[in-house]
Amino acid sequence: MSGTPMVKAEEVHKSFGRLEVLRGIDLEVDPGEVMCMIGPSGSGKSTFLRCINHLEKIDCGRLSVDGELVGYRERGDKLYELPDPEVCKKRSEIGMVFQRFNLFPHMTALQNVIEAPIRVKKENQGAAVARARSLLERVGLADKIDAYPNQLSGGQQQRVAIARALAMQPKLMLFDEPTSALDPELVGDVLDVMRGLANDGMTMVVVTHEMGFAREVGDTLVFMDGGVIVETGKPRDVLANPQHERTRAFLSKVL
Amino acid sequence: MADPLRRRPAAIKAVPVRHPGRWVAAVVVVAIVAEIVYTFATAPNLKWNVVGRFLFQRLIQQGIVVTLELTVLAMLIGIALGVIIAVMRLSPNPVVASASWFYIWFFRGTPVLVQIFLWFNLATVLPYIGLGIPFTAIHWQASTNSLIPAFIAATLGLGLNEAAYMAEIVRAGIISVEHGQTEAAQALGMTRLLVMRRIVLPQAMRVIIPPTGNETISMLKTTSLAFVASVPELFTRSQQIASANFYVIELAIVASIWYLLMTSILTVGQFYLERYFARGSQRALPPTPLQRFRRLLFSFHAPPPMPVDVPLSLPSEHR
Repeated sequence: MSGTPMVKAEEVHKSFGRLEVLRGIDLEVDPGEVMCMIGPSGSGKSTFLRCINHLEKIDCGRLSVDGELVGYRERGDKLYELPDPEVCKKRSEIGMVFQRFNLFPHMTALQNVIEAPIRVKKENQGAAVARARSLLERVGLADKIDAYPNQLSGGQQQRVAIARALAMQPKLMLFDEPTSALDPELVGDVLDVMRGLANDGMTMVVVTHEMGFAREVGDTLVFMDGGVIVETGKPRDVLANPQHERTRAFLSKVL
Repeated sequence: MADPLRRRPAAIKAVPVRHPGRWVAAVVVVAIVAEIVYTFATAPNLKWNVVGRFLFQRLIQQGIVVTLELTVLAMLIGIALGVIIAVMRLSPNPVVASASWFYIWFFRGTPVLVQIFLWFNLATVLPYIGLGIPFTAIHWQASTNSLIPAFIAATLGLGLNEAAYMAEIVRAGIISVEHGQTEAAQALGMTRLLVMRRIVLPQAMRVIIPPTGNETISMLKTTSLAFVASVPELFTRSQQIASANFYVIELAIVASIWYLLMTSILTVGQFYLERYFARGSQRALPPTPLQRFRRLLFSFHAPPPMPVDVPLSLPSEHR
């Protein structure tokens, strides 16, 4: 692999009004790496994830994806804000999966998956439908192609949402607590799909509370608290042998 | 576990609660209605045969057609322009958003009667309306009277006013769509306008449709204000006839009967349209008027019907 990290954050800060949610995040995600982020709610995990595809704007620091700054272009020593179409183009190369699925309720599973390839990438209908079918098959929903989201269980909806993100053939996938809104018995199906993606070499940043998944699939585990990264390391090491008191306290509550 | 082979117990048979209040109310209402009907039916100076004679008169029928044309055209302008203004209002571009705010402020803040009046009398202050490119010889102009005849004046007055109200209705619909929808669409790389057109507006329809039906019914009656521009719609026609034969009330009744009939038809249409758009959001569709009427006939003694969205299962027990 080349030396360019897929995600690189240096001193990233982000405030909402007077509340500073991110207080200096430094991290690197290499191509093909699966990074899991854990931490108590309000620690800034989701906000950081949303900064990566510019759903939130960072206040200071540098954040780049695949060697290019997020939301800006650098020329000389000046930063130029990117116009909307270019922000959209960059987002189209990053897949995102949400806690609450956010499927389009007025469209069938298939229509959800082909919408962006056809409208954003201007793919022709036939090719988009063919790939959508194979993606839905891959997430185990070949028989639900014409179902509307409200006819699907939470786990099925989340798998459609993953297929929808994959349809854009992203180079990076962001998962924002993808299993937190699911019934316990439906979590496994979604994690299986994500495990398959990781095995295929997809670069993934996963905000999660599934410690088992993090230990088994993750290459790196990041523990965040209060807007900073408290501890980073191999998932097995961090989970078994946390170095910081705060990490230990958190893990003792969730494990 | 319940034994599936066990028989279901017999349905409960009990003496229903009596509702004397319903009988009292029925008697009072019938008495009042009968009194009103009797008063008007026997009013010595009210010529019901005149009402009958003019109900299907040709001028009245022509008036109905004009009323319907005005309603449809004004609503089309109102809806199309309303959507545009609503989207502008939510634009991140401050100039566009303020222009939209100003439009709504102006057209909602002045009476529609005055607006029709202004369009109709525009020629008195601007006898010519022209279009041209400054500092060139390219110029085109026409007399205001030929450009804005009475019918157009009324359509513009009604339509532009309606657009301000429709814009607020559409804006409410757009805001009602969960923000996660916009985020999911943006995360897929969709531009703002694409998100609006493909994702947000279709979902906003469920919220937009019912008040739009209301606005249409309201518009049907408001077209009578075109009277001030002498547009030959239903009310104008009826009053023109009345000014010749002095049966003012009789002809107002003729117009009212037609307005009532047309709004009734629209009301039925609105009901079915709303029922159609409620699919998927409610567990059971609301009953049609016929179903409701039938239920009423058989349930005069019965308790009020159960709300449709009672939970199907009881909450699981707490430990």
